[in-house]
Amino acid sequence: MSHSYDIRVSNVTAKIPFPQEVLDKVIEIQTHYPEGKQKSALLPVLHLAQKQNEGWLSIPVMEYVAQLLNITAIEVFEVATFYSMYNLKPVGKYVLEVCRTGPCCLNGAEKAIEYIEKKIGCKVGETSPDKMFTLKTVECLGACGYAPMLQLGDSFVEFLTEEKIDTLLADLRSKA
Amino acid sequence: MASKKLLLEHIDVPGINTYDVYRQKGGYSSVEKALKSMTPETIVEEVKKSGLRGRGGAGFPAGMKWSFLAKPDGVPRHLLCNADESEPGTFKDRYLMEKIPHLLIEGMIVSSFALGANVSYIYIRGEYMWVSFILERAIAEAKANGFLGKNILGSGYDLELYVQVGGGAYICGEETALIESLEGKRGNPRMKPPFPAVKGLWQRPTVVNNVETIAAVVWILNNSGDDYAKIGVGKSTGTKLISASGNIKRQGVYEIDLGLPVDEFLNSDEYCGGMANGKRLKAVVPGGSSVPILPAELFYKTANGDARLMSYESLADGGFATGSMLGSGGFVVYDEDACIVRNTWNFTRFYNHESCGQCSPCREGTGWMLKVLHKLEHGQGSIQDIDLLWDIQRRIEGNTICPLGDAAAWPVASAIRHFREEFEWHVKNPKLCMERNYGLLESTKKFELVS
Ligand SMILES: Cc1cc2nc3c(=O)[nH]c(=O)nc-3n(C[C@H](O)[C@H](O)[C@H](O)COP(=O)(O)O)c2cc1C
Ligand code: SF4
Ligand code: FES
Repeated sequence: MSHSYDIRVSNVTAKIPFPQEVLDKVIEIQTHYPEGKQKSALLPVLHLAQKQNEGWLSIPVMEYVAQLLNITAIEVFEVATFYSMYNLKPVGKYVLEVCRTGPCCLNGAEKAIEYIEKKIGCKVGETSPDKMFTLKTVECLGACGYAPMLQLGDSFVEFLTEEKIDTLLADLRSKA
Repeated sequence: MASKKLLLEHIDVPGINTYDVYRQKGGYSSVEKALKSMTPETIVEEVKKSGLRGRGGAGFPAGMKWSFLAKPDGVPRHLLCNADESEPGTFKDRYLMEKIPHLLIEGMIVSSFALGANVSYIYIRGEYMWVSFILERAIAEAKANGFLGKNILGSGYDLELYVQVGGGAYICGEETALIESLEGKRGNPRMKPPFPAVKGLWQRPTVVNNVETIAAVVWILNNSGDDYAKIGVGKSTGTKLISASGNIKRQGVYEIDLGLPVDEFLNSDEYCGGMANGKRLKAVVPGGSSVPILPAELFYKTANGDARLMSYESLADGGFATGSMLGSGGFVVYDEDACIVRNTWNFTRFYNHESCGQCSPCREGTGWMLKVLHKLEHGQGSIQDIDLLWDIQRRIEGNTICPLGDAAAWPVASAIRHFREEFEWHVKNPKLCMERNYGLLESTKKFELVS
């Protein structure tokens, strides 16, 4: 179900206007739909907007998206609060989204979640003290046969083991 | 006997995800055949003859759905491919799109031609972002080679194909929610009628089909509907992709002839390879989290004692009292250590999380079930709670706008129906149930477990 918006964290962080190549992409996406149906671009454009804003959607960013698509701000809030991929508060540099649905649990998802919590020093739904990782649990990501698994940005990390989690966290820390 | 590979024949060919290799292997020949020697009507006829049923879960005959599409003058029509794939236990569409994306593109071209659609969309769940990039590249290649765009192969037929990413919501797999989402709105399912075939995307006539359904059309056109209908059993024609997961030796996506015995699918090395770690089978969810769970003894044999087959009819044999459904082919296997109460709680949490919130029976009912199941799972429940749970699920089923309500009710109903003793054991052993599963010892007394 939809999640609520926390007004206290609505400070501006995005660089508005977006860079030209992002604006070009927004225009390109709108060509996928007939005249007057540019609202259809909203979901893909929110993904782009989130990337421009350190992984989350602030109110000013959503208002800006509304302007870009020539729709009202409330239409954007409605959508952003409905879908689970849009983050409505700041997130860490990396968002680890571990699947916790039944089939993954049969192959150790719950243990993997506990292990990650221990390793990054925060609970599900929180951001690690060093602001490096946000840990989320998500529902079935279509990788049930490759469990346990997590989503990291645009990619999946599958068949998680303690060693694999250690390597992943170390890799990300060293890249940051 | 080995199953035929109509979809996955070339899946392991190196480079099959590229246009060149796909084309060398005979790819896009159905487009040539359809555009040069067939009419939309004859294609629909072939698909009808094939008996192909929707692979997204409901199993509605594809050809019949196509023939319902309204064709008012001057109103554009659309084909939408449902690549939202979010039913727990299901990962076959992703496998197909990731490995052999051109098969879906080819299917979209011939199917769009059959329906008279000039702009079609593949709606893919946002979490499959990287798969969307694979599809976009394949579309660009197909376009560069003249299979998309204006005047395809000089036939006068134009088609633009776009990939649309979702935002993370199981409900957008429901076809009218998918349409709402593609219109840039919340994924709230619409009341039917009107059906999408009459008023769908932007109020235009629309067909929504699953990835696998559309991919199957390619083989049907390359061969014939009659040949397709020869594979399988009865009204379960053709092959089906099964996503197998859980406590088995070989998890993965398998293409099977419909009608394969479940015993062979679970236990032969060609498919699941049997149970992992020498454990015994406790239960199977054969068609994705929404379909009823079957205890081992009802899984292998129907109530009449017939061997159960992987087909729409055989898996449903006995109705919900003793049967289940083929659904999306999300085949989840539970061994003796799995806790049915915990699994039911987990699935209910899923449906509660994914309910769009429009209808009270679904929104409130899934929340109540979740609370009661949470108590039971954590050793705080009573026997009356089990009856209450039964009562709540009964009031959801059939009383909602879309079938998500039913999908939330069925796993709960079937778990209580077949595993009531395990729920009662949780009530009677509040401490013990937090430490170990009923399945380890107790279930061996009650159920005849099959190895
Ligand atoms: C809650 C819910 C979720 C669904 N999810 C999917 C899905 O992820 N993929 C899919 O193809 N069909 C899904 N369906 C079924 C679609 O509504 C629709 O029947 C299907 O896409 C039609 O295609 P087909 O006839 O080719 O199966 C879902 C239905 C419901 C009620
Ligand atoms: S049944 Fe549930 S998901 Fe479907 S429309 Fe009603 S509230 Fe939404
Ligand atoms: S249950 Fe985790 S990916 Fe499906």
